[in-house]
Amino acid sequence: MAKLRYAEALNRALREEMQRDPLVFLFGEDIGSYGGVFKVTRGLMDEFGAARVRDTPISEQTLTAMAVSAAMAGSRPVLEIMYADFMPLTLDALINQASIYEYIWADQVRMPFVLRTQGGGGAGAGAQHSKSLDSLVAHIPGLKAVAPATPWDAYGLLKSAIRDPGPVIFLEHKLLYNMRDEVPDGEETVPLGRARLVREGTDVSIIASSRMVHESLLAADRLAGEGIAAEVVDLRSLRPLDLDTLLGSVARTHHAVVVNEGWRFCGYAAEVSATLMDHAFDDLDAPVARVTMPDLPIPYSEPLERAVLPGPDEIVAAVRRTVA
Amino acid sequence: MATSAKGAAQRKSGSASQKASASKSRGSKKSPSGPPDLSRDEELTAYREMLLVRRFEEKAGQMYGMGLIGGFCHLYIGQEAVVAGMQMVAKEGDQVITAYRDHGHMLATGMDPKGVMAELTGRRGGYSKGKGGSMHMFSVEKGFYGGHGIVGASVPLGTGLAFANRYRGNDNVSFTYFGDGAANQGQVYESFNIAKLWSLPVVYVIENNKYGMGTSIDRASATTDLSQRGRSFDIPGEQVDGMDVRAVKAIGEKAAKHARDGKGPYILEMLTYRYRGHSMSDPAKYRSRDEVQKMRQERDPIEQSKARLVSDHKVSEDELKEIDKEIRAIVNEAAEFAQTDPEPDPSELWTDVVREREAS
Repeated sequence: MAKLRYAEALNRALREEMQRDPLVFLFGEDIGSYGGVFKVTRGLMDEFGAARVRDTPISEQTLTAMAVSAAMAGSRPVLEIMYADFMPLTLDALINQASIYEYIWADQVRMPFVLRTQGGGGAGAGAQHSKSLDSLVAHIPGLKAVAPATPWDAYGLLKSAIRDPGPVIFLEHKLLYNMRDEVPDGEETVPLGRARLVREGTDVSIIASSRMVHESLLAADRLAGEGIAAEVVDLRSLRPLDLDTLLGSVARTHHAVVVNEGWRFCGYAAEVSATLMDHAFDDLDAPVARVTMPDLPIPYSEPLERAVLPGPDEIVAAVRRTVA
Repeated sequence: MATSAKGAAQRKSGSASQKASASKSRGSKKSPSGPPDLSRDEELTAYREMLLVRRFEEKAGQMYGMGLIGGFCHLYIGQEAVVAGMQMVAKEGDQVITAYRDHGHMLATGMDPKGVMAELTGRRGGYSKGKGGSMHMFSVEKGFYGGHGIVGASVPLGTGLAFANRYRGNDNVSFTYFGDGAANQGQVYESFNIAKLWSLPVVYVIENNKYGMGTSIDRASATTDLSQRGRSFDIPGEQVDGMDVRAVKAIGEKAAKHARDGKGPYILEMLTYRYRGHSMSDPAKYRSRDEVQKMRQERDPIEQSKARLVSDHKVSEDELKEIDKEIRAIVNEAAEFAQTDPEPDPSELWTDVVREREAS
């Protein structure tokens, strides 16, 4: 099994899907000759040509609506939006078009497009280039949203996303691109809508996605030293949510801590928490706890940025409070 | 933040006694047979301003290389004549707003180099107390409204500043800067329409440095004469040699007067060039070394100004050396401050926050 960086795993998935299906094309800002800001699309323009790997003007709103209609008209666009912070520019197309046309057009159309973007703090990129806006896209019915934590899942989920008949928002994390880990050699996809049990435990379920999975694993190591056996669940798909895996985990541990890098108020962690209360209230021995960014813009200053991003300290503290 | 004397002096320099612009009122040609000369004092002011930006940015580049500045750092080197010339036509109360390549604009509006550099290093004495960084600094006192990281966003914001001027009945102008890359954002055209419809006092300054990140203007724009992008809204526009501070000032003066007189928006496309990459992490493989070298050698705005100071204004080598020394001292002082000023206290996280309730 090859070890690839997260960015390389994405690159391989794009290459294979473009080889497999001539309807798949890529477009976005500086994805072609520049190879993408994070080099995810490196080499693809050379291999597939400028017609299938298209550099675009800086026009996110239009590009997203074009993805919607180009998908409806029979192609399979994969659009890159350079930073998740630019997603607000895409929202009209997502909220008022992509998510409703199948329904109100009475099933005449399919919308097989993928919008790839990357978010997350930790790079000193400041308040307009560091956000995690999971809740913004996961809020929209009719869209799927995934957020891989590992190279394997980045690879497998991207292939599934491209093959999916509907719109998928694919959320990468800028601090994961250089993470190197195993990726299967064969054509192997990871299904959308399935969480992954990363670490088994009996005392508490830590539920996370993207980079927060790794922070949760660090916290679980520390908790083990205190005699607390934490289970870590990687959601992988933010929507649809893999309820079975979550409920199975909480049935074993009776405690849950939800970790998300986004804002707290109306945030993604709040949704998972409420869902657990809806479905697993009788299994829970304590209220579900949340670990999130505070409701603040992300500061540039390195110590301040470190202070707002959730990490093992905050997760350990939340677990202690929950199991106490 | 201490007021720099330099900025105050400069504000006064935009007097009505300047020679009339030699450029045409409409159309895309560069001004013929050279722009009007600057007076000795004006040329010295422009030279100082450009040199300050150049040296400041070189220092910022070094400090980035040393790991003292993190995240983003978009250097303005090569484009100095644009802000230096435009600021000479600004008056007290005018506003300046731009995108993320913003250090030059801040210095030109008279913001304190110490406060700017300290923001780059994320320190307490930075203009945003270390919370903003390179792309997010503001000084209402100096009329500088940022510093914006979302491409194109400065354009409607600048239009709103002009709206406020009109609404409040003053004669101030909003100098709204954006790049050639941003010129393809939809909100630019929504802004143009409203600005013309309501005759808003805004000068749109398009800094065309030929590359939107790694994509050249020819690969991103269906039409590349950006000065004519307001044509269907009947907004006059001109291309300007943005490497020549005299041309910038002359045409900037005309545009500012147009806006100030209630005739509505004006578009200036500054033909300029950035010598460095888009940001510090950009290897700039999309253009040749020769292209950059040629521009530096033949068109450098500071070298052009220096040559005029020596030949036309008989400024001596010693005087030039003295200016250079002064500028280096200002920049070194800023760099020193930016390294010794403490990082923000953790409690600073929760200052200046609009809070509905105590954090849970």
